[in-house]
Amino acid sequence: MREANTIIELTVKNHPGAMSHITGLFSRRAFNLEGILCAPLPKGGRSRMYLLVRANGRLEQIVRQLEKLYDVIEVHERPDYDHRLFRKLHELIKMKPEAANGR
Amino acid sequence: MKHNGAEITIKLLERQGIRVIAGIPGGSNLPLYHALYHSRIRHILTRHEQAAGFIAQGIARTTLKPAVCFATSGPGATNLLTAIADAKLDSIPLIAITGQVSRGLIGSDAFQEVDTYGMSIPITKHNFLVRSARELFRVVPEAFRIAVSGRPGPVLIDIPKDVQLEEVIFNSWPQPGEKPEPRGIDLRELKQAARMINSSLRPLFYIGGGIIQAGAAPALFKLAHKNSIPVTSTLMGLGAFPGDDPLFLGMLGMHAARYTNLALKEADLLIAFGVRFDDRATGNPAKFCPQAAILHIDIDRAEINKIKKAHFSITADINLACKLLLPYIRRERRAPWLAQINGLKQKFPLRVPAGADQMHPLRLIADVKDMADPDAIITTDVGQHQMWVAQGYCFSRPRSFLTSGGLGTMGFGLPAAIGAALAYPEKQVICFSGDGSLLMNIQELATLADLKPRLKVIVLNNSQLGLVRQQQELFYQGKYIASKFMTSPDFAEIAKNFGIPGIDLRNSRRPLALLRRALKEKGPCLINVPIGQAHNVFPMVAPGGANHEMIGGE
Repeated sequence: MREANTIIELTVKNHPGAMSHITGLFSRRAFNLEGILCAPLPKGGRSRMYLLVRANGRLEQIVRQLEKLYDVIEVHERPDYDHRLFRKLHELIKMKPEAANGR
Repeated sequence: MKHNGAEITIKLLERQGIRVIAGIPGGSNLPLYHALYHSRIRHILTRHEQAAGFIAQGIARTTLKPAVCFATSGPGATNLLTAIADAKLDSIPLIAITGQVSRGLIGSDAFQEVDTYGMSIPITKHNFLVRSARELFRVVPEAFRIAVSGRPGPVLIDIPKDVQLEEVIFNSWPQPGEKPEPRGIDLRELKQAARMINSSLRPLFYIGGGIIQAGAAPALFKLAHKNSIPVTSTLMGLGAFPGDDPLFLGMLGMHAARYTNLALKEADLLIAFGVRFDDRATGNPAKFCPQAAILHIDIDRAEINKIKKAHFSITADINLACKLLLPYIRRERRAPWLAQINGLKQKFPLRVPAGADQMHPLRLIADVKDMADPDAIITTDVGQHQMWVAQGYCFSRPRSFLTSGGLGTMGFGLPAAIGAALAYPEKQVICFSGDGSLLMNIQELATLADLKPRLKVIVLNNSQLGLVRQQQELFYQGKYIASKFMTSPDFAEIAKNFGIPGIDLRNSRRPLALLRRALKEKGPCLINVPIGQAHNVFPMVAPGGANHEMIGGE
């Protein structure tokens, strides 16, 4: 049975290393990361990040580890958000390989 | 005022109260060294950057204050990484400052350029790549604050050479970065924790490095005695509770005495204070303390429920928690439980193997303890000797035992001991090492010769990687590969050639008298102690096994 996905919403400091800190945390702690969306917020040198993750027993641990990152200002679980944005992203990605493999 | 980035950095370090920096200069941090020339900070030139990191750790572990190491870009920085990772796993406030190639060269594969920032992300609490000299005013104090706030840890500051040289005009210095006051604890939570303790029949304290980090040893002592709660400690917590106290059960886990692990099996409440349920302590977590409810208090919320689900937990400074809990804890004698524990102690003690000679490591370590100053600082390397010291030395003071617990870094002992000696020049420092471990940072005998502190290195020499050989014997059908050295150097002679007295207990008719005299010497000395090659550290829990299923030591 596939585990359901959920969304984690982050507010992060906007600097070149922030993304490495966050994605590095997922890889080194063997957390699953299904998708990332990130865009700068209008002011204050901050970015908003949405992480699509598996809603399993490790979610609590993921959130707590994210909270410890210096560049992470806020962490919220957003099980109520729909995944439409990520779905669009996945559609985009699904289109890509055919174009790339058209050798 | 007008200063360049290097001068600003050194001044900010002075303002943080830094008196010693260990490091090695190179192309990309020469401006920092030039600024250091004009500073009252004392520089310790090591022979390898990793040792600079461990010297700083030795200072930080004994003072609980951040300590600083320097390295240049490229290989200087990569050599530091092991010491930084070591600090991360043992929660040590280390400030590593590395030189980086100039901003314009970053990303061009310049000479001695590596991505220090990228490489240090997973092994630091936080790291900074400084992009302008002005940023230093924020970054340096912030690095110190991060290193000591909450759960301590290492912070790396990577400073490009041109940032070190960039001049800034400014009016005032920022405030030094300090440890913030601990957050208060909800009274209802404290009362709930106290209720769990008061209503338990067979409670047991499981304490760790957090107790030492928080300075909570005195408060913990009062708690344990008021309610008559036996105490077991992780490797990192040794010294936080008096080793000779009747309530103390020694170290738990992989190399615990049998009675310790058996007592854990009987407990109905595990009071886990300043610990993270490391696998060396818990064995198979599913089989750890099968009858016990878990009360977990730690400063790091991410450690709660990470390995074992706690029945009740508080995220708090453990010193504050111990102090605030005390009035709510009933005075108890717990005669039946303590009698049960004492029965286990008598039936399953930590034994020196039958037929072991006078120089068996456990005997020798106990002898050294008797000969050493009561306030001596002990460091170890990693391997069999480390576990024997943990089992046999009987530590009684916090911060008197420095060992690489989480990362298990061979080569830690000698430079960490030098750091301890720099922090406490009046104290006796003893480094227990093995022949395998010592060779991993033996070049630091040169630094030792420079400084000549009251530091003794005792090499328990079995001409092998003993703990590896032991595992091959027990778990790999005695097929020994790469665990026995083909040649062994003469360590006493090596020490002499570095300019340090060296003695060898081999062939000595009165080795203990020789050892006693060597320990009394004012300056440094290396003492080579040949030990049997077949000794194993017992008892032992097989990796992944349940703690109560121990091998050997009966």
